[in-house]
Amino acid sequence: MSLHVSQSRPKRYLTTAVAVAASSLLLAACGSSSDSGGSGGSGGSGAGKNSVTFMPKSLGNKYFEASDKGGKTAVTAFKGTFKEAGATEASPTSQSPFIQTATQQQTGAIVLAANDPKAVCSDLNAAKQAGVKVVTFDSDTECRDLFINQVTVAGVADGLVDLMGKHLNGKGKIGIESGGPNATNLNAWVAAIKTKMASKYPGVKIVDVVYGNDVDADSYNAAKGLIQSHSDLNGIIAPDSVAVKEAAHFISDSPQYKSKIWLTGLGLPSELKGYVKSGVIEKFGLWNPEDLGYLAAYAAHALIDGTITGKEGDTFTAGKLGKYTVGKNGEVVLGPLFVFDKSNVDQFAF
Amino acid sequence: MSTPVQEPERAVASVRPSALEALIRAREISLVILIVLLVAGTTSRHHDFLLSSDGWRELLRQPTILILIAVGEAMVIVTRNVDLSVGSVMGLSTYFAGWLFHHVDGIPIIVVVLATIVVGVLLGLVNGVLVAFLDVPALVITLGTLYAYRGIAVLWIGGDFIRPAWLPDAFRTLGVQGVLGVPVLLIVVLLVVALVGWFMTSRRQGRELYAMGSNPDAAVLYGLRTRRLTVLAFASSGGLAALAGIAYLAIYATGDSKVGSGFELQAVAAAVVGGVAIVGGSGTIWGVALGAFFLATISSALPVLGIPSLWQQAVVGALIVIAITLDRVLFLSRARAALAQRSHA
Amino acid sequence: MTTTHPAARSYLRHDRSLWRRALLRTDTALGLALVAVVVWATVAVPYFAQPYTYSTLLLNSAPLLLMVLPVTLIIVTGEIDLSVGSVLGVSSALLGLLFSHGMPLVGAAAVSVLAGVLIGAFNGFMVAVVGLPSLAVTIGTLALFRGVAVGMLGTTAVTGFPGEAALWLRATVGGTPVPRVLVGIAVLAVLFGVLLHATTFGRGVFAIGLSSETALFSGIAVNRTKMLLFIASGTVAALTGVLYTLIYSNAIGSNGIGLELQVVTAIVLGGVSIWGGRGTLAGAIIGALLIGTLSKALQLLNVGSDVISVITGGALILSVVVASAGGLVSRRRRSTPTAPKNGG
Repeated sequence: MSLHVSQSRPKRYLTTAVAVAASSLLLAACGSSSDSGGSGGSGGSGAGKNSVTFMPKSLGNKYFEASDKGGKTAVTAFKGTFKEAGATEASPTSQSPFIQTATQQQTGAIVLAANDPKAVCSDLNAAKQAGVKVVTFDSDTECRDLFINQVTVAGVADGLVDLMGKHLNGKGKIGIESGGPNATNLNAWVAAIKTKMASKYPGVKIVDVVYGNDVDADSYNAAKGLIQSHSDLNGIIAPDSVAVKEAAHFISDSPQYKSKIWLTGLGLPSELKGYVKSGVIEKFGLWNPEDLGYLAAYAAHALIDGTITGKEGDTFTAGKLGKYTVGKNGEVVLGPLFVFDKSNVDQFAF
Repeated sequence: MSTPVQEPERAVASVRPSALEALIRAREISLVILIVLLVAGTTSRHHDFLLSSDGWRELLRQPTILILIAVGEAMVIVTRNVDLSVGSVMGLSTYFAGWLFHHVDGIPIIVVVLATIVVGVLLGLVNGVLVAFLDVPALVITLGTLYAYRGIAVLWIGGDFIRPAWLPDAFRTLGVQGVLGVPVLLIVVLLVVALVGWFMTSRRQGRELYAMGSNPDAAVLYGLRTRRLTVLAFASSGGLAALAGIAYLAIYATGDSKVGSGFELQAVAAAVVGGVAIVGGSGTIWGVALGAFFLATISSALPVLGIPSLWQQAVVGALIVIAITLDRVLFLSRARAALAQRSHA
Repeated sequence: MTTTHPAARSYLRHDRSLWRRALLRTDTALGLALVAVVVWATVAVPYFAQPYTYSTLLLNSAPLLLMVLPVTLIIVTGEIDLSVGSVLGVSSALLGLLFSHGMPLVGAAAVSVLAGVLIGAFNGFMVAVVGLPSLAVTIGTLALFRGVAVGMLGTTAVTGFPGEAALWLRATVGGTPVPRVLVGIAVLAVLFGVLLHATTFGRGVFAIGLSSETALFSGIAVNRTKMLLFIASGTVAALTGVLYTLIYSNAIGSNGIGLELQVVTAIVLGGVSIWGGRGTLAGAIIGALLIGTLSKALQLLNVGSDVISVITGGALILSVVVASAGGLVSRRRRSTPTAPKNGG
């Protein structure tokens, strides 16, 4: 027992220290070698004015892969440099170091889907002071030049409330399944859906709001809990792509609910087309995430070259999407909610 | 924890195993009672929780993931180690299985399952070899591989995810199908638990895992090949985590780079609630399986009971704390009673 | 487990000179590793050699640096505290809740820190008095208090904190790139360093890590020491929660999620033995800085966070593996870090 105590303790420490030093250097070397294969922009000359850094809420998210792809198409079209940076976890402050890095690399613009409206503001303000333009998309912050809104909050709420209200003929009980409990846009939509439903279809009662945390298994269980605890439920609105997919999945696994519960929400056609075909979902809404990224990139471009400053009434041309006007509070709206059903669900790649 | 202590009413001289057995049985029985109460209580509020075909199915098949992972974790914990990488191993395995189905046309299900288990065993072997042969703390090694395996998963998978269409129909029905109302998945998992349970109680190496955990120094002196046993425990844990990944795939028919994150703590929690002492050397596989079943059922019962989903984690945490405290209090009172009896004798 | 520990007892007698030598060697070498990384980054990483790099690096590392202080002492006793990230979350959520209900900021902050004291005392009670393994206890409280934090604020995020607080904490001191909040951390670090390395209490901490029994027989108040350390850990974690909330002007229940594993990583990377009884506070702090500096440099090189995740895990394993392969290895462990007095 404890034989090592009699051994040379300092020597062991030294070994540890040397090991740490060696491993750090080794890793540092790994880092620099992977740089050569990485995306450009780290050269000594600075990232350049036409460089745009996209920051999704987290890496490895299907929806943001699509929007970043649209962004890349746009950046390539106007001959800029495209870069994508972000954390693997979508926490309020996880984007902070990447904003700092982009600032230091003197990127032309940061295009950000913010995890939190406030937490990254100090870093974004520092970026703006350093001359970096800040465009947000999908989820807004309190400190940016422009916000590219996919659909207005009212647009989402009106669209989903109408789909549900019409199907139920203005009478019934529904639940809402959301994603992360702190997502700014989701919470705004849920609040708007509640108000709109109460005013337009007072006969439709919203009995519960549950959260699936943007995780497959959690969303599946949230849908199950919602359905099992309200045996007289007629419908679910799931304004979150993971939530709607997993709610559809649960209903598809439990056929006795298929005719009872009418599901709609915001989802990706590539994920939902199977359920549309099997009749679990009839109609759902979304916008084109690639177009969203594409528009955000062009907006960044217009800010960088000074075409617009972000004032209300500024106009710019976004490549194939055409002309856009900056609205109130520096908001640019991509378009109305697009409704998918059996007839068109196959036509989209995202 | 369930350490051998004589019950007060028994003679002090009574043989240890029977007293131990009584205690262990008490743990398993109390868990069964808790599960029954939980299910009955929830069902009385909302009949669909149990008394509908899907309620029954969900109740029985959802815990399978946690049962598999917790049983593997328990094999490691009884050796006085811990495996924090199980969630990451499960994540990689889930996608690997889906990827195989997608890229190899018509690949038999059994081949995918076996290949995935091999991947899990290999990942577990890395842990085991590092822990055993370099004598590095398991907590540190598996914390490292928790990061590393997750990073590899994100690097490999990116924003991709397993689409239900990748999976053959036969595999998808595996998750839904039942025999006499019992999900096939649960039957398979129960067989695995029985196998591991038999190994741990009746096979020499299984007993050696316990021996090693209850006193590593004595185990070495006694001539047990503790390194080989350590590797065995970690490889089993990896393999079972991979199997949990398969169960996940069968149930949810999807999976991205985030599958299994946070499962390491749930696995440890299930093992502890199931009666495994975190200091090694004691606990039964069936107890762990029941502990996992209990925790998983709580998670799915809470939303049905109308407890806001935001508070669920707090309830689970409180249960862990209560479970280990109860264990300790019982242990102390029994030890005291035994001591009192001894001094009277 | 062990009942007598002559070796440890003899170690105690030579403790002073030994730790001095150890401090000199480990931390010099670890410091050199840090310097080497900084030099490499300065030469090879574009934009690294800027004051902004250092100020943001230090600010990003602030929560980690703070939490490392008490947790290092806990790990030296052979115990562990995995609940620190959740305590940060509770303190942040509580601060937000009270502040949004009109309580003055200072009062709300005081209550939040007090909550940390109580949670720490609870952990300490379970470990020191009830005699439960700290790994099991703090995994439980990790889940419990994260749930409380998330449940308490629900879907709201409180963001209306006075901007001056954030500005004040973020502002750098004089002409240096050191944010003001780091000065406070440095003072705390010195306090904890003195406590661990230059007081009787600190020697007791090491003695407990080598062998609880021996320490007890040597007249060290083992339970009281552990209790105090867990209270310190809860307090510092809650204080970190308050600072975190103010720095980012944002109180939500998920603040600090997963931080516990980073804290353990930094400490182990810093040469502190997870079995207890060995290590220095300076090493742990350098470990935290090493992680911060490496991630900063890699981010500037456009290395993705998935790769950084692999590298963090790899660094952790490498640091212990290479040390172990160095040959000076005790082939058998004595006990787990969490062994309670009579649990085995």
